[in-house]
Amino acid sequence: MTAKSSRREFLTRSAQGIALAATGGLVWSYLLQQQAQAAPHAIRPPGAHDEVDFNAKCIKCGQCVRDCPYDTLKLAPAGDSVAIGTPYFIPREIPCYMCIDIPCVKACPTGALDPSLEVIEDSRMGLAVIDIENCLSWQGLRCEICHRECPVQNKAITVEHHPRKISKHAMFVPLVHSDACTGCGVCEKACPTEVAAIRVVQPELVQGKIGEHYRLGWTIDTPITQDFKPQQRVDEQPAPATGLDYLNQGDL
Amino acid sequence: MAADHKTARIGPNGKPVRPFVMPADLPGKLKVWRFIIYRRIVQLGTLLLFFGSAHWGWTVANEPVLIGNLSASTLLGTVPLADPFAVLQIFLTQHVLETEVIIGAGIILLTYTLLGGRTWCSWACPINMVADLSAWLRRRLQIKDRIILSRNVRYTVLALSLILSVITGVAAFEWVSPISMFHRELIFGIGMGWMAVIGVIIFDLLVLRDGWCGHLCPLGAFYALIGKMAPVRILFDSPSCTHCGECARVCPEPQVMNLIKATEAGMIASGECTNCGRCITVCPEETLCFGLRKQNGTGYESPQKLESHQ
Repeated sequence: MTAKSSRREFLTRSAQGIALAATGGLVWSYLLQQQAQAAPHAIRPPGAHDEVDFNAKCIKCGQCVRDCPYDTLKLAPAGDSVAIGTPYFIPREIPCYMCIDIPCVKACPTGALDPSLEVIEDSRMGLAVIDIENCLSWQGLRCEICHRECPVQNKAITVEHHPRKISKHAMFVPLVHSDACTGCGVCEKACPTEVAAIRVVQPELVQGKIGEHYRLGWTIDTPITQDFKPQQRVDEQPAPATGLDYLNQGDL
Repeated sequence: MAADHKTARIGPNGKPVRPFVMPADLPGKLKVWRFIIYRRIVQLGTLLLFFGSAHWGWTVANEPVLIGNLSASTLLGTVPLADPFAVLQIFLTQHVLETEVIIGAGIILLTYTLLGGRTWCSWACPINMVADLSAWLRRRLQIKDRIILSRNVRYTVLALSLILSVITGVAAFEWVSPISMFHRELIFGIGMGWMAVIGVIIFDLLVLRDGWCGHLCPLGAFYALIGKMAPVRILFDSPSCTHCGECARVCPEPQVMNLIKATEAGMIASGECTNCGRCITVCPEETLCFGLRKQNGTGYESPQKLESHQ
């Protein structure tokens, strides 16, 4: 009797303990999910892995922040829109000035900032995009400040002719090239409009993907985006159709 | 009345039980408070080294003194240091870490394996100051516990934080830790982290004595396991003990002050002891002192054991 009731008590207490732990664990993991999804498109320091790996590997020590000579980087405090304790920067305030020795990556003890990044031009912190409705150059003014400020000179941003409807004069408009843009944000900082008309965002927010089944015959050797690499050139003529070519036979 | 009763009591060693009396003069008080003062110097000093290196450019031989925070840092530009529990959690998210942080975690792990794991809690953790403030206020205001909670809950929280690190793919405790939040924001700018600190204060003050540090904190649980075999211990000289109970009254982890176990081992053997030294300074008989674990795990031999040898 007593053995039975004590066993029952033991089982009940164990179940209660497990239930409490499970409830706590569920609430806790919900908090973690919320945190990990906070601002998944924050602009990270050079060499940062994709958001999932970066969130896992960053130990939130702030050594990259301390070693940034321009005070670009900040650690997200609790309650911020960026995942707690992780480094990020706001290009419009202080952009990344692309130090050639990349001190932030050197400072990272865990490898959340990839130590294999040796050339700062290879970093992809984000991608500059232009709001052509508010870009001064796209309105026909000679601005092009982003083009002149861009540290990856004449590669990440080029200035192109663009015909204008109302006058004979062409417009000179900036275009961003994703194969060279590092997302440093110097252009966003320099943009003279009230709210920057060129902004750095995470590439996956704005970048599409053509898909490999499209064969752009006239540019087949030119990579279209960072990712796009045509697999092979189709040199052969299409095989003649089988069957009777009756439309081309006989007189007209 | 109660005091009279106490003085009349005779301890198991045949000596009268003397209660602890706070000295009236300042030097005497300072002597009683000495470990608290040392601990605050170490805690605030560490904080100051981090802050000074980050904001005032403190250097020694052109190398920044201590860069980073308690999660991971670099001492004098060369020695990596890292929180072994944080590194363990990141490791469990199945990510490969750089050697630097692993060496750093090894150094800290070794340090606390020698000094006593929870020495971290009393001597380095910034939340300890907050928890001590709560405990002091609670004594002043004579607040009683609101709930009963096993002190072993912390081991469940420890297990949960490891399991959740595997499941969610982020270091589970590091993402909610009031310790990291508090320390990070002291050094890198204030956010909402103070809410977590207020939470700890309120919980400790109104709900449960030493609620966070003594019942829930998984980092404390981690270090309790690490420090179980540490050579640095509080030694217990049982022949001089009158069982007055002053030590257990000031101890933030009173369960470690088990006089039977202490007599057997000749020391406070539990890994949950934080080496704060409060018991040493309130003991009227000088029964307790810091020392090194003796070989075969015992400090002083208990009188009963000595008798049985003869």
